[in-house]
Amino acid sequence: MEAARILDAKGLACPMPIVRTKKAINELASGDVLEIYATDKGAKNDLAAWAKSGGHELIKHEEENGVLKFWIKKG
Amino acid sequence: MTVKVMTSKQVTKKVFNKEKLFILDVRNESDFNDWKIEGENFDYLNIPYFELLDGVEGILDKLPAGKEILVVCAKEGSSVMVAEMLSEEGLTVSYLQGGMKAWSEHLEPVKVGELTDGGEIYQFVRIGKGCLSYMVVSNGEAAIIDATRMTDIYVDFAKEIGAQITHVFDTHLHADHISGGRVIAENTGATYWLPPKDATEVTFEYSPLEGGNVVTFGNTAIDIHALYSPGHTIGSTSFVVDGKFLLSGDILFIDSIGRPDLAGMAEDWVADLRESLYSRYRELSEELVVLPAHFMIIDELNDDGSVSEKLGTLFAKNHGLNIEDENEFRKLVTENLPPQPNAYQEIRQTNMGKISPDEEKQREMEIGPNRCAVR
Repeated sequence: MEAARILDAKGLACPMPIVRTKKAINELASGDVLEIYATDKGAKNDLAAWAKSGGHELIKHEEENGVLKFWIKKG
Repeated sequence: MTVKVMTSKQVTKKVFNKEKLFILDVRNESDFNDWKIEGENFDYLNIPYFELLDGVEGILDKLPAGKEILVVCAKEGSSVMVAEMLSEEGLTVSYLQGGMKAWSEHLEPVKVGELTDGGEIYQFVRIGKGCLSYMVVSNGEAAIIDATRMTDIYVDFAKEIGAQITHVFDTHLHADHISGGRVIAENTGATYWLPPKDATEVTFEYSPLEGGNVVTFGNTAIDIHALYSPGHTIGSTSFVVDGKFLLSGDILFIDSIGRPDLAGMAEDWVADLRESLYSRYRELSEELVVLPAHFMIIDELNDDGSVSEKLGTLFAKNHGLNIEDENEFRKLVTENLPPQPNAYQEIRQTNMGKISPDEEKQREMEIGPNRCAVR
């Protein structure tokens, strides 16, 4: 899966990971994938819920050495 | 308009005093549905902060005029953002300092009784999570029972009232919260007591607390009688303090009883739980004031915020103590149980000393409501 853009939100506390994600998604075209790195544990549930309510698709998420990684496809 | 800060202590006072408060909870829907700030006269609106990034105009008509509004989120950041947006729209609102994280960790000490020699017993109400712990004070000495991991609060409280902590007890190996007992004992030189049957796998030294033990402290004798009362865990022990108070641990609550399944042994321990509740407790004086290790719902709080009731009243009113049929009792405590507490296996292992997660991880493990009871 090819990400159109990578957003590094590591070290940022809520609400910033989502604020940045929203901004980044706005700049993408429908169907593009945004790859996000975050360390705020709350991002997991919040990004999933945000993507759903915004009509985007959370394709995949994984955790690696304390870094949460998400791939969101713009709806 | 200004944005104000409200502390967990101030919110706790509103819960105790049954005041009105409108809570705008900006966490995601599932977190809100799982666990929130409970108050008898609190009203709620749950709109996730990420739906308000473009503005709060859409929710203004859902916010009551003339009512105190508190914005709440997980850790504070998002509630500050939303509170500031509301303030720009001309509203005066507060946000909860430290968010639900701080709410989960807040302890409110309430004096629940006096001992015959002039000492006293304090209940530490962990209002956000429903955990209750105790400090018994007698002639400059203090004993702590079922301490939470916020150990500074007990140590500072004891210092403030001029008491030295000499004994620390856990009524059982907890599965819903991380015990602060061992840390307090290590830092104060106090003796740490644990029921040996719950402690077969612990990695540290402790003093075995067994049924029939009498621990005396203070200059005048304040006896703590340990009463073996298995069922929630195999080692669960209750205490009778000063012949007046029954600290019932996670065996008996005000409006519910302990659940036997958190160590994976529900079927095995049903009989023990029944024996403890229907035989051993029956032999005790009905005048004893029951002080449990949890409350489940906010209705169980007395007017001063404490949680206590006479044993005789519980025999009459607590549904779990009034089930004649043993099969029906078995069903109640093994079927349709509430979900198990968040991370309860990891919490048990932490309390055994097998794993040592950092503070942030401990906090996360304890997130959510208390679920140690069945009704």
